[in-house]
Amino acid sequence: MKQATKIADKAVLLDYYRQMVQIRVFEERAAEQYMLGKIRGFLHLYIGEEAIAAGAISALGPQDYLVTHYRDHGHALARGLEPKVIMSELFGKVTGSSKGKGGSMHLFDASRRLAGGYAIVGGQLPIAAGLALASSLQHTDDIVLCFLGDGALNEGEFHESMNLASLWRLPVIYFCENNLYGMGAPVEEMVAAPEIHRIAEAYNMPSQRIDGMDVLQVHEITSEVVQHVRDGNGPYFVEAMTYRFRGHSMADPVNYRQKEEEEKWMAKDPISTYKAWLIQSDIASKEELDVVNQAVELEIEEAVELADQSPFPPPEALYEDVYAQS
Amino acid sequence: MADISYRDAVTIALREALREDDRMFIMGEDIGLYGGPYAVTKGFVEEFGRERVIDTPISESAMVGAGTGSAMGGMHPVVEIMTINFTLLAMDQIVNHAAKLRYMSAGQYTVPMIIRTVTGGGAQLAATHSQSLEGWFASVPGLKVVTPATPYDALGLFRSVRNEQDPVIFVEHILLYSTRGEVPDDHYLVPLGKADVKRRGDDLTLVAYSRMVQVALDAAEELAGRGINAEVIDLRSLRPLDIGTVVESVKRTGHAIVVEEAWRTGGFGAEIASQIQEQAFDHLDAPIGRVAGAEVPTPYSQPLEMLAIPSLESVVAAVESALGR
Ligand SMILES: Cc1ncc(C[n+]2csc(CCOP(=O)(O)OP(=O)(O)O)c2C)c(N)n1
Ligand SMILES: [Mg+2]
Repeated sequence: MKQATKIADKAVLLDYYRQMVQIRVFEERAAEQYMLGKIRGFLHLYIGEEAIAAGAISALGPQDYLVTHYRDHGHALARGLEPKVIMSELFGKVTGSSKGKGGSMHLFDASRRLAGGYAIVGGQLPIAAGLALASSLQHTDDIVLCFLGDGALNEGEFHESMNLASLWRLPVIYFCENNLYGMGAPVEEMVAAPEIHRIAEAYNMPSQRIDGMDVLQVHEITSEVVQHVRDGNGPYFVEAMTYRFRGHSMADPVNYRQKEEEEKWMAKDPISTYKAWLIQSDIASKEELDVVNQAVELEIEEAVELADQSPFPPPEALYEDVYAQS
Repeated sequence: MADISYRDAVTIALREALREDDRMFIMGEDIGLYGGPYAVTKGFVEEFGRERVIDTPISESAMVGAGTGSAMGGMHPVVEIMTINFTLLAMDQIVNHAAKLRYMSAGQYTVPMIIRTVTGGGAQLAATHSQSLEGWFASVPGLKVVTPATPYDALGLFRSVRNEQDPVIFVEHILLYSTRGEVPDDHYLVPLGKADVKRRGDDLTLVAYSRMVQVALDAAEELAGRGINAEVIDLRSLRPLDIGTVVESVKRTGHAIVVEEAWRTGGFGAEIASQIQEQAFDHLDAPIGRVAGAEVPTPYSQPLEMLAIPSLESVVAAVESALGR
């Protein structure tokens, strides 16, 4: 575990813990509700990757943009969206972040500058460049943090966006969550240059590979990268090594991975390792952390209840927001 | 006779093709190790090896382009695009290249390629994953578009598609995979460009393709209880299009309603309606009706999604209004 050199504040350290637990519990409850048929369609869980959302998104300012893919609940929670708003969206209810019309893969919250979950692999990458372009054309110092999976590297849009961002020195961070698989496809069989971060060199873009299971390392490095980009030095590429503990989606029985590999990664569980570190370093007691867990459990339970009790959108909502209302 | 699922039918067709045609290979995302996103190619790697069942990176444009090039070079590729929504990333390769190479080279190069893909909504996959875009491809000269609605047609049409010398988009529907039907044990073909009368009736003609055939049949059953006998015609392929069977039916019934899942504006149903009025205008007792998808990006929320996709109820309502009931 990275030493918390620059973060002395206990409240901050505890909040990373809370965020990761919140994501974990949210995803577990969402999976249960999926099995009950309350949530339908695709549901992609973020379990195992929590350190990235908690560590990286906490490095942003409130005016910075966040753009991501369809595995987006963790990112949305870390950006401060309320669990009940996301859960309601998953239930397809009016109380959801897009009034039930976008669903799990398409979460948005303009008030927090969450500019979307995108479900077409790679589709978010040029859009993130465009948000960064808007920022530079308007001479603000807002930057864009854009997540992508290792699978997105193989779309043409990735390469086009990397070139554009670097050529125009756009204030965007492309943050690759390398969880070693795109659906059932192992990254080393799909990407010709599996040291993903080095692909950025070809675009003359600085990059580095980090440990995506260590929330403090993710936070510290992302904070430096955010500063670098905000200072007008152009885009940056980060590759965080991580692992999704569950299937690609709820429909995936995960029969393409080896048990030993899964066990190796689960031993690095970002929450239990961080919890152990907090206790060992005398930053928090087990009891204090249990209180955090209990509060989160309650919060998510209430989120499920609200989602369940809220109404579905009315029929007239079908035609709303296709165009500006005249 | 065997009772098989639509999924089984496609699996059987593909397996047959790989066994019989050594120029044939298949490539797509997660079709090998994973067994196919809809489990169509389960066990294929074990039987045919990784050289003929190729897992590709998530690179739709390159996949289709490489399929095209391999076809020009003497292979017979089946390229699987996981869903029709993702064909949008390969639109350039399909429309600008694959569809035009024979013509632009005056027949010196040909592209005998099959693109398999999955269309349709109704699975609550929201706006980016629920579209029915097959009609777009059907408007492109140089492409053929095949849209089976039953296991029998899926197997028989795929066999015919294998004999095609030009690019074919073979469109399966996401909600049809688990539906079942009878197929003969003996070898048979279903030709392209031959519509099928799936139900006989004299009062009006329902024209549909893909999953909407089932919706039309269900509606016809309901209408029969109300004393209305609807004929249901399954187009089976959009290009080539068998308008003759439709026209012949409409001349007899005097009423036509076209049912499609795609958006109404510019939908393939407009082409059908137009050709019916060109060829059977004097026989029509009422304007041609259309039932189509709501003109919105498909919403996730279940009750809204149900409103967006044609249903038994919306077809019945359209029929009753056309017949003035
Ligand atoms: C253009 C496109 N092709 C295919 C898909 C289907 N698909 C959804 S997620 C996915 C795998 C993506 O893997 P990765 O980028 O590594 O992200 P992860 O799921 O591992 O977080 C695929 C193939 C899609 N949504 N969009
Ligand atoms: Mg991945």
